[in-house]
Amino acid sequence: MKGWVRTNRYYDHRLFWIIVVLAAFGLMMVLSSSSYAAAKKLDDSLYYFKRQGMILAGGIAVMVIVSHLDYHRWFSLALWAYVGAVVLMVLVNYTPFGVELNGKKRWFGIGGHSLFQAAELVKLSMILSLAVWVTRLGKRVDRWPVLIGLAVVCLPLIILVADNNLSTGIILLGILFVMLFVASRRKLRFFLAAGSVVGLAGLFVSLRAKLVEFGILESYQLERIEVWIDPLAYKLEGGFQVLQGLYAIGSGGLFGKGLGQSLQKLGFVPEAQNDMVFSIICEELGLVGAAAVLMIFFMMLWRFAVIAGNAPDMFGTMLVTGVMAHIAIQVILNVAVVTNTIPNTGITLPFISYGGTSVLFLLIEMGLVLSVSNQIRICR
Amino acid sequence: MEPARTVHRRKIFLCLLLVGVMFALLIVRCGYLMIAQADYYNEMADDLHYRERTIKAARGLIYDRNGTIIAANKAVCTVSVIYNQMTDREKVIEILCRELELSEDRVRSLVEKYSSREIIKTNVDLEVGKKIRSYELDGVKVDEDYRRFYPYGTMASKVLGFTGGDNQGIIGLEVEYEDVLKGDNGLILALADAAGVEIENAEELRVEPVAGDNLYLTLDVNIQLYAQQMAEKVMEEKQAKAVSVIIMNPQNGEIYAMVNVPEFDLNEPYTLLTEGQTALGSEEYVKQLNVMWRNRSINDTYEPGSTFKMITASAALEEGVVSPESSFYCPGYRIVEDRRIRCHKTAGHGAEDFTHGLMNSCNPVFIDVGLRLGAEKYYGYLKDFGLLTKTGVDLPGEAGTIMHKPENIGEVELATMSFGQSFQITPMQLLTTASAIVNGGDRVTPHFGMEVQNSDGTRIERLTWEVQEDVISESTSALMCQLLEKVVSEGGGSKGQVAGFSVGGKTATSEKLPRGNGKYISSFVGFAPADDPQVIALITIDEPVGVYYGGTIAAPVISDIFQKILPYLGISKEDT
Repeated sequence: MKGWVRTNRYYDHRLFWIIVVLAAFGLMMVLSSSSYAAAKKLDDSLYYFKRQGMILAGGIAVMVIVSHLDYHRWFSLALWAYVGAVVLMVLVNYTPFGVELNGKKRWFGIGGHSLFQAAELVKLSMILSLAVWVTRLGKRVDRWPVLIGLAVVCLPLIILVADNNLSTGIILLGILFVMLFVASRRKLRFFLAAGSVVGLAGLFVSLRAKLVEFGILESYQLERIEVWIDPLAYKLEGGFQVLQGLYAIGSGGLFGKGLGQSLQKLGFVPEAQNDMVFSIICEELGLVGAAAVLMIFFMMLWRFAVIAGNAPDMFGTMLVTGVMAHIAIQVILNVAVVTNTIPNTGITLPFISYGGTSVLFLLIEMGLVLSVSNQIRICR
Repeated sequence: MEPARTVHRRKIFLCLLLVGVMFALLIVRCGYLMIAQADYYNEMADDLHYRERTIKAARGLIYDRNGTIIAANKAVCTVSVIYNQMTDREKVIEILCRELELSEDRVRSLVEKYSSREIIKTNVDLEVGKKIRSYELDGVKVDEDYRRFYPYGTMASKVLGFTGGDNQGIIGLEVEYEDVLKGDNGLILALADAAGVEIENAEELRVEPVAGDNLYLTLDVNIQLYAQQMAEKVMEEKQAKAVSVIIMNPQNGEIYAMVNVPEFDLNEPYTLLTEGQTALGSEEYVKQLNVMWRNRSINDTYEPGSTFKMITASAALEEGVVSPESSFYCPGYRIVEDRRIRCHKTAGHGAEDFTHGLMNSCNPVFIDVGLRLGAEKYYGYLKDFGLLTKTGVDLPGEAGTIMHKPENIGEVELATMSFGQSFQITPMQLLTTASAIVNGGDRVTPHFGMEVQNSDGTRIERLTWEVQEDVISESTSALMCQLLEKVVSEGGGSKGQVAGFSVGGKTATSEKLPRGNGKYISSFVGFAPADDPQVIALITIDEPVGVYYGGTIAAPVISDIFQKILPYLGISKEDT
């Protein structure tokens, strides 16, 4: 333990304030989007607001602490983080430690009491492990066997996650891809891989009916694709959520109805404070507000890029790259889902969607990034 | 450990660039949804958010000619349920069944129907509504509403008519003047959440209801009530099936009274007058209701009989084929072609002039007159008098005249038509034609509607009615008045006399078809004063038991009524 290090060290205050602003904005949107439903269902309009507020306060404290600890102290934890994540997923998926909430067995808990969403911890674990391994492997990452080996090592964890939470599986895959891309000196293979994934996805969509026949695609997945293509045709079943989101977005206009004025949050958009919160932002704050939110996220990602590029070592670079990939992928996928740009899949909007585990682990990740920034030496 | 090299740094910024591009595309996508497709989604969202509630407009009131309210509104309640808001359906079903006295099956099917709002019962008494409200059941709405109320109950029931659950007219004037009376419903467009609960303090679009216009009738409550009383009296005395009385101003067609006893209670229009209603099958029940609601003065036709001799006489005088002094001979019958048509006086009236033929209501005289006119001319007069078209009275369902086709009128038909048989008209038609004969020759449109006023009286519209002038000449009309006065003062209508007033009139006793069944309709048309008729009345007594002559049983009723109403109408007694 080196203790609090301050001298000649950089600390990215801009990022810190971006995080605080985003968290505060998220809290405000949780209040706005949840208060009506909370008052009706739980008889306490501030229920979600208070919970999110407390976790945010605690999370920011944790973030500040983590940010002032040297991130190298986590270096030796890589294997444990990975093994721990696999064990956790096995426990959640196949033992009574997994707690089912809203029909999804995604929570780790003891004696039926849910503690946290396992997948959120797994994301952090994978970023940490991968950053360590890539740093250790150095230039060897460019070799095909090593590259494939890394992917193969990560795959069991990703499959375990994807087994009950496909969206998070996709996010993990995305993080893996971006981290390997950045770590490697090669480019072409990654572009080819990305291109073939996009091509395959297109092929999947156009051949969806056939794929169901051959058992490659499940029928519920087919339905999601159909809903994505024409939500109005499924307005009572699968298309309900997406369509309600579109109503909200469509009624926003340029400047929105004003903060708190959303009508769609009054029970029309189910669980408005969760995955669909961006649609409420659109409705209340309009195109201007929606663009502003994306701008703040972009500023955050820009700070990440700067820190990653200036990190004192490869470990710091890869750690920040992982977090950057995580945030970017989630924001893009969430907004794409809400605007019905891609088929519906449950992904939260970082810092804004309601969810204790998500916010807490995001803030820990932010702490790590700030910690990396704190290790940058200013040489003047 | 070594720091990140340029190549990693480049790749990181490449990622950032790609993310930036995707963010930009997403903003464009948002812009497309929020600007280009805003109208499309807005409209669908509005459909979702606004709940429409109508505010019922108060129905216009109906007044008689003196400004007495005869159709009013009473506050009642409408009880409805909102599916999404109900928390305890079983309790709702139980309480609504009990308080509204409805069957459980019916209430259950409505309560369990998945709809935004289901009306359980309309026209619920205010007291019952308040009681239901006091249970404070979630999802049960008690809205105040108006219901028609008729302060006079049975008065002019078949004329006024009544309204249904939606305050729409069902029969009578309530139907005829539906557009005037109904008003425009208001509308509340209220914002509601997904469960259909209206949002408090949210702006709501409100379109105020416009109350229906008030209708002033030519009807006079006092005359109507007295005529009804007299009609009921004679119906009871003669154990008749029904009695109708129409009293009208022959100069302008304003109807003062139209009585059709037995009348029914307008506040209980679905309660049959006869006992044992529950024993009836639903089809029979509906049939009996329709019989009960029928306005015999307008919806039913009958053979007018001798009262129609007024028309034959007018046509003949107008055409000049007879004069009051023309002489006739009645042997008690007349043979027309192969038929022997009897006079009511089988012994015969002997030699008589036309005036006495009318006074005696002698059939052979009118057979002769009819034959003198000839079928073509006679039919032409019926047409000119307007007898072949409807009167145009402002009531729904007026029956038309049932008449031979002109080419089918042979001598026998002509002979019977001359004294009012072998065709059918409505009592209203007879009275309207009689009015033209005594009022100087103008066919007026009989009517009830006099004036329409909006609810605050700022717009007053006088209703106008068509008058067909000079269907007979003024001189013939004057002559007819004199002759008909003689019928009452010296002839068969003597029981129609009213002390102090000159009354003209004509009696009739029509045998109902088929002949020989002993069922009659006794009737009398009377008017006063004879030289300048201000009021004309027709009474028809359907199937009287015992004495059935119109001159004996029908004329006295009109005499009674005239005695009361002539002074009431301000017609002064003549010096005798």
